[in-house]
Amino acid sequence: MVFYILKRILATIPVMGVVALFVFLMLRLSPGDPAAVIAGDYATAEDIIRIRENLGLNDPIVVQFTKWIGQLIRGDLGISIFTNLPVSTLIAQRLEPTIMLSLTTIIFTIVVAIPLGTLAAWKQGSLIDRAVMLFSVAGFSIPVFVLGYILIYIVSIQLRWLPVQGYKSMFTDGVIPFFRHIILPTVTLSVIFIALIARMTRASVMEVLQEDYVRTARAKGQSEFKVLMKHAVRNAAVPIVTVIGLGIALLIGGVVVTESVYNIPGLGRLVLDAVLKRDYPIIQGLILLFSFVYILINLLIDLSYTLFDPRIKY
Amino acid sequence: MSTPTDKVDFSISAEASLTSRKDASLASLMWKHPSVFWGGLLLVIMVLIAVFGPMLASDPVAIHPIVRLKVPSAEFWFGTDYLGRNVLSRVIYGARVSLVVGLAVAIVAVVFGLMIGLVSGYMRWLDAIIMRVMDGLMAIPGILLAIALISLSGATLFTVIIAIVIPEIPRVVRLVRAVVLTVREEPYVEAAIAAGTRTHLILLRHILPNTIAPLIVQATYICGSAMLTESILGFLGAGIPPEIPSWGNIMSEGRTYFQLSPWIIFFPGIALALTVLAVNTVGDGLRDTLDPRIARKM
Repeated sequence: MVFYILKRILATIPVMGVVALFVFLMLRLSPGDPAAVIAGDYATAEDIIRIRENLGLNDPIVVQFTKWIGQLIRGDLGISIFTNLPVSTLIAQRLEPTIMLSLTTIIFTIVVAIPLGTLAAWKQGSLIDRAVMLFSVAGFSIPVFVLGYILIYIVSIQLRWLPVQGYKSMFTDGVIPFFRHIILPTVTLSVIFIALIARMTRASVMEVLQEDYVRTARAKGQSEFKVLMKHAVRNAAVPIVTVIGLGIALLIGGVVVTESVYNIPGLGRLVLDAVLKRDYPIIQGLILLFSFVYILINLLIDLSYTLFDPRIKY
Repeated sequence: MSTPTDKVDFSISAEASLTSRKDASLASLMWKHPSVFWGGLLLVIMVLIAVFGPMLASDPVAIHPIVRLKVPSAEFWFGTDYLGRNVLSRVIYGARVSLVVGLAVAIVAVVFGLMIGLVSGYMRWLDAIIMRVMDGLMAIPGILLAIALISLSGATLFTVIIAIVIPEIPRVVRLVRAVVLTVREEPYVEAAIAAGTRTHLILLRHILPNTIAPLIVQATYICGSAMLTESILGFLGAGIPPEIPSWGNIMSEGRTYFQLSPWIIFFPGIALALTVLAVNTVGDGLRDTLDPRIARKM
């Protein structure tokens, strides 16, 4: 068991290495002088020299890479070109809204999608099943930001139930303002995630419901609710949890867009502002951070399989 | 004497029976999945609009300050934007951009993914390296990767397509590799190896044909998600140059005027959602017919 966990942790190192190498080469292999690209059209010669120094572009490429990796391992993501602040400081300032939005989205998704998917599998072919399937196809087709604007238009502008945009912190502004501001972004971001997970839950619960032990449970007179909860959903958990992990990639992309629609000052806004100002160290740092989180979550999910299914032993 | 005519008759009837069987399967597909019929119809309409629409629509970039931000009416079906441009014409031209990007991304991603996947699945010594690279690429959030690539290389239609293709490739590679790994254990491949067939011929004749069905299905999904990604990039102001009326760009410009003139966002948004829905439904239908094994699961 310990050996397996160690092996899995070690296996993430080459993947992270590839991510780092890719992010590193992206700037160096882009056409033209990267310092000039970052400096933009109105840059002076000194600006370009300063950026070259800042990014260490004057060293040979291998030296650049080893230096950069060394910094990364020490948690140093570099210095923002525009603000001259460490990228890690800028990220720390913007972390809370993004984490909060991601958490509320994951919780809302699980609370909605798993019961929906289970219900659809249980009543296969029924109206509920068709509705869930329709929702999951539609959820994959509607762009996150269009959905966001439709919700703002109906709920905030026409009905005036919730604020249009912005973010309030749960810790400094209070719980109620926090929820009033986070509801719409959460629903917006959840739709595609719910579509994905409800679909997967339906498929795997449907498969489990055909198993002999489900028939046995029913034969011994166990209530349908218990059959579904104790047998079907528990045994279907592994593929569902796996898809939640893979869905984190969707979530990260969605966070950037949702924060932009609802004017939430999180990491998504940070990356968009950085793109407009061509502040490459920030873009680099955020891509690395998001990829790292994705790899870490999927590692944890991999290791959690034993919790859901005691038959899985390492 | 009568032999040649017989032959002709035979071939015609064989051809006829073949087409009728095709029709039957297509008809039964439509019957079993009415959504596929509507999806396909919608897609055909969208393609027709994209191809012929611009001939009928008025100039999508013509500026008329007198009629700026007009509500949808008999004259301007989809209203006008902040420069008085006709939103309907812009949405019609946008269909072209969206479909071109979707199609181009699907084709390029499948071609590259197929080549890399075949090599990875068949040449074991390269497999470990290729798959680590693919794992790494998959860990990078696709939209962020695309934004970064575009901001570094400058936004043109070409760079946008490439930036959307790169994050899609690993998914194709994994699919192709999985097919190759199953097929290479089949007796007919072993027989071909035993007979001394050269590797590239085995790949071409025996393994490639097995990847076609799942790839067609995958390509439709990629097409749908590429259209969404393109619009998101445009919306965020990191996509195709703003002077080209793509759906994402129209909606991006509509953001400022959203509270007063929501139609600037809603009409292109609905067009995009319907097109992606159509593509995805056709994809589901293809999956059900081409690969019944997966179809039963989903």
